[in-house]
Amino acid sequence: MTGFAFRFSGHVLQARPSGALHWPERDWLIVADLHLGKSERMARRGGALLPPYEVQATLERLEDEISATRPEVIVSLGDGFDDDAAGRALPDAICDRLHAMAHGRKWLWISGNHDPGPPCARMPGTNHAEVEDDLILRHEAASGPDISGHFHPCIRLGGARRRAFLIGRDHLILPAFGAYTGGLPVDSPALTSLVPAGLAVACADRAIPVPIMPRLRA
Amino acid sequence: MSLPKAFQDWFATQGWEPHPHQLALLGAQGDSLLIAPTGGGKTLAGFLPSLVDLARGDRPKGLHTLYVSPLKALTADIARNLALPVAELGLDIRIEDRTGDTKGSQRARQKVDPPDILLTTPESLALMLSYEQAPAIFGGVRRVVLDELHALAENKRGDQLMLGLSRLRALSPDLSAIGLSATVEDPQALADFMGGATIINADPGPDPDIAMLPTARPAPWAGGNGHYAVPEVLDQIRQANTTIVFINTRAQAELYFQQLWAANEENLPIGLHHGSLSREARQRVEAAMAAGELRAVVATGSLDLGIDWGAVDLVIQVGAPKNVKRLVQRIGRANHRYNAPSRARIVPANRFEVIECVAALEAVAERDLDGDPRGPGPLDVLCQHILLTACAGPFSADALYAEVTAVGPYRSLSRAAFDDCLEFAATGGYALRAYDRWQRLMERDRLWFLRDPRAARLIRMNIGTIIDPETLKVRFKGRGGPLLGEVEEGFAATLVPGDTFLIGGQTVRYEGLRELTLEVVPNPHKEPRIATFNGLKLATSTQLSQRVQALIGDPSEWDVLPPDSRDWLALQAEQSALPVPGTLLSESFRYDGRWHFALYGFAGRNALQTLGLLLTRTMEVAGLGPLGFLATDYALLIWSVDPVEDPAPLLDRASLREGLGDWLQGNAVMKRSFRNVAIIAGLIQRNMPGSRSTGKQATFSSDILYDTLRKYDPDHLLLRITADEAQRGLVDFGRIDEMLDRSPRLQHVMLDRVSPLAAPLMLEMGRVRIDGQGRMRLAEEEAAAMMAEAGIDLGAEPAEVARLAGIGDGVNRPATGLRDRKRDRPARSGDVPPRRAPRPATVPRSR
Repeated sequence: MTGFAFRFSGHVLQARPSGALHWPERDWLIVADLHLGKSERMARRGGALLPPYEVQATLERLEDEISATRPEVIVSLGDGFDDDAAGRALPDAICDRLHAMAHGRKWLWISGNHDPGPPCARMPGTNHAEVEDDLILRHEAASGPDISGHFHPCIRLGGARRRAFLIGRDHLILPAFGAYTGGLPVDSPALTSLVPAGLAVACADRAIPVPIMPRLRA
Repeated sequence: MSLPKAFQDWFATQGWEPHPHQLALLGAQGDSLLIAPTGGGKTLAGFLPSLVDLARGDRPKGLHTLYVSPLKALTADIARNLALPVAELGLDIRIEDRTGDTKGSQRARQKVDPPDILLTTPESLALMLSYEQAPAIFGGVRRVVLDELHALAENKRGDQLMLGLSRLRALSPDLSAIGLSATVEDPQALADFMGGATIINADPGPDPDIAMLPTARPAPWAGGNGHYAVPEVLDQIRQANTTIVFINTRAQAELYFQQLWAANEENLPIGLHHGSLSREARQRVEAAMAAGELRAVVATGSLDLGIDWGAVDLVIQVGAPKNVKRLVQRIGRANHRYNAPSRARIVPANRFEVIECVAALEAVAERDLDGDPRGPGPLDVLCQHILLTACAGPFSADALYAEVTAVGPYRSLSRAAFDDCLEFAATGGYALRAYDRWQRLMERDRLWFLRDPRAARLIRMNIGTIIDPETLKVRFKGRGGPLLGEVEEGFAATLVPGDTFLIGGQTVRYEGLRELTLEVVPNPHKEPRIATFNGLKLATSTQLSQRVQALIGDPSEWDVLPPDSRDWLALQAEQSALPVPGTLLSESFRYDGRWHFALYGFAGRNALQTLGLLLTRTMEVAGLGPLGFLATDYALLIWSVDPVEDPAPLLDRASLREGLGDWLQGNAVMKRSFRNVAIIAGLIQRNMPGSRSTGKQATFSSDILYDTLRKYDPDHLLLRITADEAQRGLVDFGRIDEMLDRSPRLQHVMLDRVSPLAAPLMLEMGRVRIDGQGRMRLAEEEAAAMMAEAGIDLGAEPAEVARLAGIGDGVNRPATGLRDRKRDRPARSGDVPPRRAPRPATVPRSR
């Protein structure tokens, strides 16, 4: 697993092939859009009964990232839970697992549009509307420079669609980390207006950077 | 029952004599299956018992006869045709149709006041059966007419229809069913499919007049468009009264239509009809056709089934008909006068198809109709049926099991398999019981019912077993521009603004995407890009591929071929080699920047598809970087990063066998099957109220669900159904053993170009991608090329990379832009690490 190191607004960061962002100087591990509890929420709302394994699948990958980077702080950039009730409905075993992952480190949950409220008391960590450090960490990109999620960017490369980081002057947008998440192509208007030029980093066996060129506008 | 006097008189006024099979059907007891050629008065035969019944008038009001056809267009047609005898016989009968196109007000009225005769489709029937009012609507049904049953029985729509029939029988136990079918190879199988029926055979009529269309120019080596024959086709249209020109794919139909018009100096009225056109455009063509205003229609399978085309006296098939049965049924469209031979001409699109056509004509002459036997009723359709049944009201599992096992496809369904489907519908059927609180179905007092009645809407919105590829609408740019048609998402994804393509018979330029609609402007002056949106991928039958092999492999048989086809095979022999019996011929060559490996197995598409999956694994292990493959009935084509130079070790049986487990499970064929199964069974919902406008990041690929299930719940019902399904498209290893045994000698040729025999493969559809190291290498090369083009050296300092990529100068910048700090400022908690001082601009790389 080879990540891609780059500099965003004066900080060296690493885009990992898993879709997580590592900030080595601070020992932060940042992930976006875990959407934990998505299948439970869909079932609750009378939709399809999806295979109820996405929490397991997502946490396994997150555990791998934690063992690989041993961060001091874990940041979830919003939509960590598919909705507030989904967070409350997670089984005890999953909460225990989250506590084990959070042991000895801080866990910051940023609110997203799916999970505006604070995570339930059984969860480790604390809740924030956004986190302001040298950079602002928030769910949806606003005025930069900021690091955000929300859009689930993806890119076609080598004939396949892959989750992707999107790096521009003002915005660094992370791909969704959750197992049951779709993607929005990096050339969609919503994303080109935020990042007209820069790099997309595709998540494959390793993190593969690709340039994003400003579109010629007629 | 005999024909009443009034009906005899009516036949006499028409100058008709009732056909023996029409009278036989009238006298039949219980369920019947009528096998009759097109033009045999089949539809009238099917309705005659109902009309006689209804003429007696001594019955309560309500639905008497339900007619089900595969096509919406057919129901409208039948309504028109029945109107005449009903009026002339002075019968007081209300006939209405009910399809996806029926207006809401009429649907609502039909629920409380159904007509005497209702004309519908399997999907609309399934929907009506899911209404709470279903017992009232269908309780008095006496007869069910199943039209074009041979076509419905070919796929899951037929299974859904039979389940619908089982529901109808439960609601009205005394009804009798009449199946109507074109000529089929095994009438008994179709009768069994109905759950047992008396077979009535009509006189099959004279042999069709069918031949290849002689052309001045020879068929090209490769390609599928048949444009070389446009002058001869126009000439045929001129001589005939009305012609249907059938073409296999929508894209080809578009191109052909354009070519015909370019040469149509007399301005003969020629129309276009295919499934990608808007409904209005199709209806205009259908109406013009019925009114006799058109001399010809260029069409795909959308016109394939028994619409009464009256004056149509010629069918031209462009491109190989792929399947002899389809060919004969298409010919049935021409000349609906009974006892006049149908006339058809075939235009092979390329030289390979010439050979296929010759073989197909031999088969027709020998009445060797082909077709694969039907498997047992698929469980995904049963899952959908269980959910729909629950929408209508509480049901007992025992009663429903008894019901479904009374129809043909589910006759041998075990109780355990039924219970699995019920469990899936109720709880999802997962090993991890996560949905006890949110079950879709609950059981109380031995009755199953919907936990949340509101779920019925979602279930009903996702009715059906036809899985279309995702499509995007195409409109002219500007407010309220007219809808031109639809293209497949995969094709839309390849377009960049300025590209031109054909749709609705005109060339348009792609301007951009707006709310998931392609916006285009007319652009008649530019040569269109080849539109690659697919029609149906038709598989040639195994029997036909064996006939083809016999022709190619034996030069003494070549006399039956046109001279240019003989030249083509001779050239193949000269440039490469002929695939003679006993030898497994393969070729390696470069094409379009990739290495290609062609293997001529002549073992049928299923065997070669399976071999393709296994062989790409041995190539992956050998480090050749396979990227994808394509299987036809004759050949297997694999493209890869590096060439196959010696196929022998790759074809080693022991190594091939190693791929039977994991590799076969994880492949794209399985994932495609899973998607279809998951949609039909109701795990993936295609239609959500108002979902399409919310953007794409909400939806995710069915591949994710497939991989998740494989990892965490490998015995899940849907995986078992998928395996069964894929099994029908794949074969057991025995067939591959057999192919290798038949051709013990391997002959491999390295070529510097595409061989004559391989050329037609390059344009075939149905490619299967392989996700292996080859694709990773490709992704890396693609990315590296783009970075180089952008002038970004990845070996440079991160700050330099950032500068080159235009993402800043590497200096920490404060937040820019206007921002209401108060609104955005978080409620800071003690847990947030304190701000640190800005770092110096040059930070050592982290790695």
